[in-house]
Amino acid sequence: MTEAVFYFLGACAIVTAALCVLSRSPMAAVLWLVGTMLSLAGIYVLLNAEFVAAIQVLVYAGAVMVLFLFVIMLLNLGSAKSDLRGPSSVAAAVVIAGLLLVELAALWNYSPERLAAEVAQSPAMSDPASIFTAGELARQETAARGVIGGVAAPLFQTYLVPFEITSILLLAAIVGAVVLAKRRI
Amino acid sequence: MTPEMKGFLLLSSIKMLIVFTIIMVGVALLTLMERKVSAWMQNRRGPNRVGWAGLLQPAADGLKNILKEETFPALANRNLFLVAPALSFIPALMLSAVIPFAAPLPVDFDFTLGPLGRFVHHGAMPMVVADLPVGFLFVLAVSSMGVYGIALAGWSSNSKYALLGGLRASAQMISYEVAMGLSLIPVLLMSGNASFSSIVAAQQAGLWYVLPLFLSFFIFLISGFAETNRLPFDLPEAESELIAGYHTEYSAMKFSFFFIAEYANVVTVCAMVTTLFFGGWDIPFTDWDRSGSLLATLATWLMFFLKVLFWIFFVMWIRWTLPRFRYDQLMTLGWKVLMPLALAYIMVVCVAIYVIERMLGIVEPRPAALALFGVNLVVGLLVFGVLDSGIFIKGSGRRARVPERRVESARVVG
Repeated sequence: MTEAVFYFLGACAIVTAALCVLSRSPMAAVLWLVGTMLSLAGIYVLLNAEFVAAIQVLVYAGAVMVLFLFVIMLLNLGSAKSDLRGPSSVAAAVVIAGLLLVELAALWNYSPERLAAEVAQSPAMSDPASIFTAGELARQETAARGVIGGVAAPLFQTYLVPFEITSILLLAAIVGAVVLAKRRI
Repeated sequence: MTPEMKGFLLLSSIKMLIVFTIIMVGVALLTLMERKVSAWMQNRRGPNRVGWAGLLQPAADGLKNILKEETFPALANRNLFLVAPALSFIPALMLSAVIPFAAPLPVDFDFTLGPLGRFVHHGAMPMVVADLPVGFLFVLAVSSMGVYGIALAGWSSNSKYALLGGLRASAQMISYEVAMGLSLIPVLLMSGNASFSSIVAAQQAGLWYVLPLFLSFFIFLISGFAETNRLPFDLPEAESELIAGYHTEYSAMKFSFFFIAEYANVVTVCAMVTTLFFGGWDIPFTDWDRSGSLLATLATWLMFFLKVLFWIFFVMWIRWTLPRFRYDQLMTLGWKVLMPLALAYIMVVCVAIYVIERMLGIVEPRPAALALFGVNLVVGLLVFGVLDSGIFIKGSGRRARVPERRVESARVVG
């Protein structure tokens, strides 16, 4: 049952992502991308990560993509002819697609257990069991700390300093964007 | 499929059917209520010809909208134009699935229904279609999807008024979503859980959150008005500037869908206010409502209904009382007043909860909530007495001062 839902959502994600790349109209592309985001959110729910799913919809589908839509509406972009049709663009596309294909082939034999084992061998800052929780472990985590607590504990305890550094980086990026976009503040 | 699963599916389908029916009939009656309330406030009678006291007016309106001609603007993007009403309608309906509307009812059955097999259910049935562990995050996420319907309606109509309405709607809804999300963080801090049923349970153990988290309630209510595009924030469809905003080009049932979505959103926001800040289905001053009987479930359902009805009336009351904001006032209020206020309030609540629970050692829910209520009295006085006095936040009613020079030149001419 779960597997059938997973394959359905995965197919939705792939089809909408392909349609996003292939559609000429920027408006249609944005809407197909929203479809991809929603399918991904569904897959997160299947992984017992309801909180991440909700945030995915709230932030990506609900805020970031609306901003995309907003800009497209504001600039009134039509279905412009693509200027990525030259031989050099095709060559770049083939190279990137080939690299991604190789990466996919390398991941073919990967399993959650192998990933957890590799993390356990590398010098990690926290217990790998708390990062790659699958099945029963994830359910125990949810029962003990709630859906949000499972995300909050590593974020605000184990990885507090990296988290704060990231937030400062993001703040710098926001300030930089405002300064670049607006000469007179 | 196990018999338990079948029993769960059966109950869920029944609950879905009931909630869907209540929302659709309720929305139809709300259109009548809006007209009656506005008439009452303006000393008129309102619709009173169709049916007894105009009760069949919504049915007549529905019939009219179904029979009317469907029009398409010549240069509209036909697919998106068709999809947009559905896109604003679906999220509005989805939201009603997660709000608990009555006390859990113990349901026990075990029967076999021909080829469908055995159905089993034992224990309390929560009176909510889906009691999600992420609770109100789901509500925020889905309501943020509602903006697509409006923005696409504005864009695909290929009309300047509709486009302006769609642009305004998307800007406004993104802006107020921020304040709305931030205003709910103190609720999370108090209850320690995001699911609606545990928030209701936490309020039953302590106090209704409107007392210990008053400012959150205030910010949430204002953002709720803005999110549903109701007056005084109905800039997206401001009729004096934009004809009808994003649904200018829509007619017949497609227009109706936007209308239904708006009212369904109003119902959801009112239900959210009730559940998050007014105890949900809780009947105050008694523990009988949790005893788990059919009577208790019906009584709590009635209580929930009355609370939601009051807030719906409040929304209509505001609509016919306050004039519309100017666009810059709207943005100033959202970004420069509500958002910093919500952020500061989060800090205040964090510190207050830490002091009350860790330093003073008050861990019982009710005394802790009372202590936080005391903190809120001070914060409320500071915000509404000092911040709002016109020194820090310029009131919208205040006139810009006329420059001295212009007055002098006028005097010379005179």
